Order: sequence, then structure tokens, then C-alpha cells
Amino acid sequence: MIDTHGQTAAASARPTTSDASADPARRGRPPRTAWTEAQRTTAAGYAFLTPWLLGFFGITLLPMLASLVLSFTNFSGSFRTVEWIGFENYRLMFTVDPAYWQSVRVTFTYVLVSVPIMLVFALTVATLLNKGIAMLGLYRTIFYVPSLLGSSVAIAVLWRFIWGETGLLNNVLDLFGIVGRSWIGHPDTALLTIMVLNVWTFGSPMIIFLAGLRQVPAELYEAAGLDGAGRRQRFWHITLPSISPVVLFNGILAVIGGFQAFTQVYVVSGGTGGPAGSTLFYTLLLYQRAFGELRFGYASAMAWVLLLIIGAATAAVFASGRYWVYYGDER
Amino acid sequence: MTTLAVARRRHRIVPYVAQRTFIHVGLVSAAFVMVYPLLWMTATAFRPSEQALIEDSLWVPEPTLENFVQGWSAVGQSGFGVFFLNSFIVAGLAVIGNVLSCALAAYAFARLPFRGRKFWFGLMIGTIMLPIHVLLIPQYLLFNALGWVDTFLPLIVPKFLATEAFFVFLLVQFFRLIPREITEAGRIDGCGHPRIFLRLILPLSVPALTTAAAFSFIWSWNDFLQPLIYLTSQSNYTVPIALSLFVDSSGTSNYGALFAMSLLSLIPVIGFFLAFQKLLLDGISTTGLK
Repeated sequence: MIDTHGQTAAASARPTTSDASADPARRGRPPRTAWTEAQRTTAAGYAFLTPWLLGFFGITLLPMLASLVLSFTNFSGSFRTVEWIGFENYRLMFTVDPAYWQSVRVTFTYVLVSVPIMLVFALTVATLLNKGIAMLGLYRTIFYVPSLLGSSVAIAVLWRFIWGETGLLNNVLDLFGIVGRSWIGHPDTALLTIMVLNVWTFGSPMIIFLAGLRQVPAELYEAAGLDGAGRRQRFWHITLPSISPVVLFNGILAVIGGFQAFTQVYVVSGGTGGPAGSTLFYTLLLYQRAFGELRFGYASAMAWVLLLIIGAATAAVFASGRYWVYYGDER
Repeated sequence: MTTLAVARRRHRIVPYVAQRTFIHVGLVSAAFVMVYPLLWMTATAFRPSEQALIEDSLWVPEPTLENFVQGWSAVGQSGFGVFFLNSFIVAGLAVIGNVLSCALAAYAFARLPFRGRKFWFGLMIGTIMLPIHVLLIPQYLLFNALGWVDTFLPLIVPKFLATEAFFVFLLVQFFRLIPREITEAGRIDGCGHPRIFLRLILPLSVPALTTAAAFSFIWSWNDFLQPLIYLTSQSNYTVPIALSLFVDSSGTSNYGALFAMSLLSLIPVIGFFLAFQKLLLDGISTTGLK
């Protein structure tokens, strides 16, 4: 949605001006002192773009390519001992390193479980708030604040004490006579606590859903009301199709973010990904391999596979949208 | 006639009220569950440290500031005073860098139909999706070679080069909405692009610039991965790094102090949010910022 929206708008804004008026200049009769309007615009454009261009080449594109090159080496911090080892890092990753597949499992479980739940929460609450409810502003704020704080270390610290052996949750369960355990300390439930933390931040997709719901034309509901459609039918046949592009947008954002989760799991597991590797996120393993063991080549290979996974996941969500996303202006 | 109408009305109103009440009860309980951890954290920060994890209620009979006093000097020799100062320096410069460089790039993309614009715009959008992990290692090697490790430069310089493309996108969306007549009038009066940018576009875009500034601050304030990699000596730590050190070292003692410092670290974020709430929520609605 970002993509297409931005590009079409860029394309439609005066697409021909610069080409047309730049023509005489190319024929070899450039007025030496007085630039044409188009030339001036182009010069100004690149002048304004200079910081971004420096950043794009210097700290985005070149590092990206460098990490691709590094992924085919055994680089470990010293350029003296570095060797080209072809696909060895990738072979190690896929066939030898058991921690690698563990991290893939953990990360996919996290994304596939917590992202849909988070989106369902976000949409449910947004739908309720969209019924012209009193105190909308207050609810919006309360539900949104966790999204703002969710990636902070302070909340991760708090999480450790909510889900610990003598944590808040167990104390509450105790009131009901249930004896809890250390949710964070047990391999079966440690990942669950991190997923709950992700669901806890449903406020930001909720805000986007709310904006989308407000765009649904009221005539559609009126027409459906005349046709005798019930509340449930209206939701499934009007609301959901109308905001399906927003669902797609939120889904992509959440998937991309989910694959990159790091801070919470680092703090909750004390940087280990434990217990028993149950919270060994992809990004955490990458961090350990790179900055703990100085296996920069191997970690670069992991980073490139992550890039491909995120690219493929985004493409898959987009492609699936063909079957369920409905654009109102489609002919 | 009238009684019939009233009766019919009442017939509709009763379920309406019931439904509203039902929704409010649901929303309030959901909100309560969501916010309880935060309130509990606040209560614990003000409670005598012995009761830190034992007490679950929000009621603090005898509030104390002892945890804040102890927490303030609990980590390292410098204490949280220095960590907060570091965080404010880094976040403050990140805000300036992001707003300046992203506004410049956004002006070019939104208002200047220069040759190659579409191409660069596509690349810029592409970088929004890019996971930071593919850049992390070479960037580290680069900044290490420049002697920037254990300084704030790796956290700040990229912000001055518009690398947070999300803000460029946000500002492009906003700059496009400014009527063309306004800048055309400036052109006719003989203003160059720098003047139009400074005198017309920027003053008209204060809401969008504020949104970008507030989000820059919050993201930079919360950032953990990059400070973790680049800041090695304790006197350079930002608040999140100090907190993570605190939680790993505190063992089973002083939870009150840990909670006090955690709470304190959230206050600038919450403060920024409350100050610019409307702008920020609108920003999220239009662009999907977190």
C-alpha cells in the first residue's frame, strides 16, 4: 500500500515537463549562463537529495552489498585471515547448525501465531470503538500506549516480573487456587510470554483500522439495512471487504516487524534465547554469532537469508491479497 | 398514536442502551487488563522495596521515593544521571538530523519534478522494508574503521543522512498536499527553491514535522540494538542499555529500585506522546508508523 500509493502519485505529478523542456539542451544548444527551468529543477532536486543520496549509497546500499560478499567468506574481524569459502556458511546453516533451525522454528511460530491474534484483537477493538462510542479518545489513548512502550527495555524488564515464578500473574492465579509456575523459566511457555507481549501492542494496527473503518461509505450500510442484512452479515460482507486493503497493510507491517523482534527477547531471556533455546529468535542468534562469537561471515549469511524470508513473506501476503483484498475503485 | 410511538421508541432504546453498556464493560475490562501491568509497575516503584514483588494491589499506603534514590546510583559509577543525559543527547540529535535531512529529501520527492525522481523514490520506498540486520555488520566494520565505536556518532550520523526512510515518506505525503499555487506564487516572486523550502514549505508543515520529530525521539529513546553494539564503556551507556545491565546484575535484591528506574525511563516517551497525541495518532493513521 505504501509502495503503490507513493509511486503512482509520483508518476502522475507532471510526468512530462522535465523531459520535454530538457530536449533543446540535449541538442547541444545549452544557454551557458541561463539554465532552463527543467535543468534548474533537476539541479535543485539533486541538491536537496544530497544527504539522502549519501546515506543511501554510504550506509545502505554499500553495506548491503558488502554483507552479501561477507556471507561468502569466513570473515571474523581481521582482513588478514579472511578467505572466500563459497556457500560454506549457507551449507553450515542449513545442514549442520542445529541452533539455526531452532531459531527459524521459534521465529516462524512467533510470527504465525502472534501476528494474526494481534490483528484480530486490533480489528475487534477498532470495530467496537467505531460504533460512535462515548470516550473514544480516552479508549484510543489507553489502547495505543502499550504500542509505544512495547519495544522498550523497561517493559521487557516488567515482563520478567509479571511472568516469573513469584510474578504478578502467579500471584493473581493464586487467588483462584491455581498454582502457577515460572512461565519464563519453562521451555513450553517462555515463547508464549513474548507472544503475549506482541499482542499487547495491538494499539498501533488498531489506530490504522479505525482510520480505515471511518472511510467505509455509510450508503453501503444503509443499503444493506434496507435489504435486511444483520449485524454479522454487514461485518462480513461490507466492513471486512471494504477495509481489506488496510488489513493487508497492517498484516505486512506486522509480519516485517515480527521477523525483526529483538529487544524484548534479549532482555527477557538475558541474551541467551533460553530456556533450552525456546526463545532463540532469529535476530538473537544472528546477534550472538556476529557480536558474541565474531563470526561475521556466518552472521551475514544469516542476515541475507532473513532478508529473503522477509521479502518472500511480504510477497506471499501481497500475492494472497489478490484473492481477498478488494479495491473499491477496481474496474 | 403517541403512546404507540413512545412504546416503539422504548422498544428500540432498551436494546441500544444494553448494547452500549455491554460494549463499555468489555472495553473497560480489556483496558484494565492491558494497563494493569503499567500501574502495578508504578505502584511498585513507590513501595518499600521489601514488598516489591509480594504486593499485587495498586494501593500504596506509604509511598516512598527511596527506590528512586537508590536506583539513581545503582548502575556503574556514573549512575542514571549520566545515562539519561546520554539518552537525551542521542535522541535530541537524532530528532534534529531526521527532521532536517528527511525534510530536504521529501521536498525533492514531493515538489521537484526532476529527472530520475521516480527511480530514486522507488529505491527510497524499498529501504523502508529493509531489515536492519543486513546492514548491521558492514556498518559496524565501517564505523569501527572510522574510530567511531564507543561514541555516539554511529547512532547520530546516519540520522543526518535521511536513512530512516519512513519519515521521508511521511513528509512526502504531507508536502504533496500543499497547494501548488502557493509555491508557484513564490516562484513568480523570484524565490529559489531553498527560500521556498524554508519560508513556505517548512512553516506550512509544522504538524508533519512535529510528528516526525516526536516519533524520531521515541524510536531513538527506545532503541536498544544499536547502542548495545556500539556503546562499550559504561559512561556512554544510554538508559535502555543501563537498564538491561541492571536487571541482569540485580540478582534477587533491589527490585524496587529496578522498577523505579524502569518507570523513569518511560516518562519521556509517555510525555512526548501525551504532548503531541493528536498529531501522532493521525500520523499513524495515514502512514502506519508504530
